[in-house]
Amino acid sequence: MAKVLVVTSGKGGVGKTTTTATLGAALAQRGQRVVLVDFDVGLRNLDLVLGAERRVVFDFINVIQGVAKLSQAVIRDKRVDTLALLPASQTRDKDALTEEGVARVIGDLRRMCDWVICDSPAGIERGAILAMRHADAAIIVTNPEISSVRDSDRIIGLLDAKTVKAEKGERIEKHLLIARYDAARASRGEMLNVQDIMEILSIPLLGIIPESDEILRASNLGCPVTLSDPASLTARAYSDAARRLNGEEVEMLVPSDKKGLMGKLFGRRAA
Amino acid sequence: MSLFDFVKRRGSAPVARERLQILLEYERCLTGQTDLVGVLREEILAVVERHVVVDREKVRVRVDRRGDAISILRVGVEIPNARRVASAGRS
Repeated sequence: MAKVLVVTSGKGGVGKTTTTATLGAALAQRGQRVVLVDFDVGLRNLDLVLGAERRVVFDFINVIQGVAKLSQAVIRDKRVDTLALLPASQTRDKDALTEEGVARVIGDLRRMCDWVICDSPAGIERGAILAMRHADAAIIVTNPEISSVRDSDRIIGLLDAKTVKAEKGERIEKHLLIARYDAARASRGEMLNVQDIMEILSIPLLGIIPESDEILRASNLGCPVTLSDPASLTARAYSDAARRLNGEEVEMLVPSDKKGLMGKLFGRRAA
Repeated sequence: MSLFDFVKRRGSAPVARERLQILLEYERCLTGQTDLVGVLREEILAVVERHVVVDREKVRVRVDRRGDAISILRVGVEIPNARRVASAGRS
């Protein structure tokens, strides 16, 4: 039986879709069977980030409505054969995603793989609640920025109230993933640092993803960074996070670009 | 002056941290308890409904913040007069 993860944040644009795609790829590269589910009805993008946009035939809502079988809608990745995607529908009718339909599809997916990773839409409306509904664990993606941290706090409250696990009186596992982190700026006190965010949200840290050009390049190419640029700091940060999800003990590194002498001098003067 | 500006700008993260801590302490009181306003609404409605017939759409429950120390719970229940008279006439 698979573990169901939801990648969520409240705020938009913090890196949920990138995280879903990259963590999914990193887990699949380690031999785990992974299905990614896009819950962003009407604004699907996970297909694009994975480079599968031209292979979408059927989608999540087609499966719920019985138009297509799950096996017809799921797209297998061409680079990593244990990675697959269930795309969201581009319909404007968000009510087509029903509570019962989602429960059934997630239940079926659980039997097919090791990890089901749900990419939540932004906000705290129906779509976001449905995405978290059946999760065993949540990854809360947060940027070191005041509005993102506040929205994450709100999402944590909803995870403790609106998920099936919470309703049964069980605790949903929560992991903090800090994305777009600029270690140099944080060390100069210009930006919330890892400690600040962890203390405010008080959930365990899964990883720190640096602000980087590699992420932009990866989405331009439609290829997760762990595949397109596996030696990069960003890929390393995601791979380490995937290993931690898998239960391995991995030392937490604060990723920062190697600075030249000028950078170091400037860093020291400003600190 | 320019040096002062520089120092002030450098220190913006601690300000962000403090603002967040104060704000979230407040917000957690309101929303942490699984939709407090929603729970209050249902329970108040149940009590009122024991005595009068009310339109569920005409019930307003909200919590307003008054300064740092207190919040005010406001409950507005619209009751149709005819039914109240009928119920009062019976007793």
